[in-house]
Amino acid sequence: MSDLRFTKEHEWVRVEGSTATVGISEYAQEQLGDVVFVELPSVGADVEAGGDAAVVESVKAASEVYAPVSGKITDVNGDLEASPGLVNESAEGDGWFWKMELSDPDELGELMTPDEYKTFLEELD
Amino acid sequence: MRYLPHTAHDRGDMMQVIGVENVDDLFVDVPRKALLQAPVDLPMHAGEIEVERALSAMAARNVPAGSVPFFVGAGAYRHHVPAAVDHLVQRSEFLTAYTPYQPEVSQGTLQVLFEFQTQVALLTGMDVANASMYDGASACAEAVMMANRVTRRRRAVLSGGLHPHYRDVVDTQARFVDAEIIFNPADAEGLENLVDLIDDETSCVVVQNPTFFGHLRDLRDLANACHARGALLIVAVAEVVSLGAVTPPGAMGADIVVGEGQSLGNALNFGGPYLGLFAARARFVRQMPGRLCGETVDAEGRRGFVLTLSTREQHIRREKATSNICTNSGLCSLAFTIHLSLLGEEGFKHLAALNHAKACKTAAVLGGIDGVSVLNDTFFNEFTVRLAKPAATVVDELAARGIMSGVPVSRLMPDTGQDDLMLVAATETTTDEDIAALADGLRGVLR
Repeated sequence: MSDLRFTKEHEWVRVEGSTATVGISEYAQEQLGDVVFVELPSVGADVEAGGDAAVVESVKAASEVYAPVSGKITDVNGDLEASPGLVNESAEGDGWFWKMELSDPDELGELMTPDEYKTFLEELD
Repeated sequence: MRYLPHTAHDRGDMMQVIGVENVDDLFVDVPRKALLQAPVDLPMHAGEIEVERALSAMAARNVPAGSVPFFVGAGAYRHHVPAAVDHLVQRSEFLTAYTPYQPEVSQGTLQVLFEFQTQVALLTGMDVANASMYDGASACAEAVMMANRVTRRRRAVLSGGLHPHYRDVVDTQARFVDAEIIFNPADAEGLENLVDLIDDETSCVVVQNPTFFGHLRDLRDLANACHARGALLIVAVAEVVSLGAVTPPGAMGADIVVGEGQSLGNALNFGGPYLGLFAARARFVRQMPGRLCGETVDAEGRRGFVLTLSTREQHIRREKATSNICTNSGLCSLAFTIHLSLLGEEGFKHLAALNHAKACKTAAVLGGIDGVSVLNDTFFNEFTVRLAKPAATVVDELAARGIMSGVPVSRLMPDTGQDDLMLVAATETTTDEDIAALADGLRGVLR
């Protein structure tokens, strides 16, 4: 898990080469409760760091999911359409939202390491 | 009688608190040229008897549809509404119960909405229907916006057989969002081919069935052509009674069906309030506008009703909502549901057959008059005739003789060179005497 980087909005990103996989954190899925629907971005769309990219809807709330970094969407997790519960079961694994091509890898430096995110969460409570 | 509850003293106190000298000071931020400089051009106040007399005289200048031979349609139809409908909708539990802000308290209202949605879904042949919208035209505009969201495209193609009011509302709404509308020319003959207008950037094709000119369409090839290009087919139904006789849009491949529900339960009402119908395929439900009522069970396992999928809506999603519509035409939908329930499935089919039979009879008689030709090979309860004189003149001359003969196409589609066309609608209220009066009148003015 140490290869994940986190945002203050509780998204995570995992980078392999120039491709990043994005999802929401274990903490985020716990806070949301049962996820019932995920609205994913279009493949080919350009997103900016901090901009809207997806919507996650649970029995409690509908929340925007922001792009942790800038780039072009290359793939989305089609399994979430039929099984949005994957977000609860495996937020930081099979419940990923989308993959993207990074346009500015330097932006990764702005994000938190797992340890930093853990500290961040402790301060939230 | 005094209509403003505040006395001069009250107003003086309030102005002192906020620190202005007089009421005009409250308007200093409004540009002077935007302010009305003279009193409003209305009569001064009068006593109750005088007001009643003046308003009765104005009302008497109307021609009630039921008082004359009446063949006016074009999207608003005169039908017989059983007295039981009015009696039931005026029960105080219904009359005052708007879609409530704490909805689950009002189980009766929610159950009616649920029954309404079920009826609309069954009539249109679709999976899911919402709790209604303002009218057919605004529902049509919402459907175009929905198709743009679903397909993530922005170009809609509108049939030349779509009601001009529906086209106008789509056009107006499209101006304020990122959308492009292709308007196919008016299609009086019912011969248009929309397939060639569909490409990989088309979000949807919008057609009306029966068309504005009354033609019935087999939509299956058009649906296939849309789907082959990733576009949606939106079908508008301006006369809901037609669904008692005509193949429902859902059975012909429609993705979204919108309609005007006024014909059931609702009078002509001078053009409103009306009742927008909206139904879609289940897989698009998250992109639907409007309220949705769902059936569920409570903690004790009893059947109950809730508003559901509200995360699409404005009060939760704010500017990201699927629509600005956070309400429905509650009372009109109630009247619709009660009327349709009273008719039942067989009664509704019978009503539709009766409408068609009356229209066939009317068309046969009019078609035999010199200077009148019926354009339609197919129709439900409304058809188009070509007249030997401008239709607007004919309609006015017949109105002067106490016959409401129909709608001149030029009134709704000016400047399209169709001045000789008139729409004629017949319903179950049309009598043989009405048809004879219309025929006599036409012979007279066309002579």
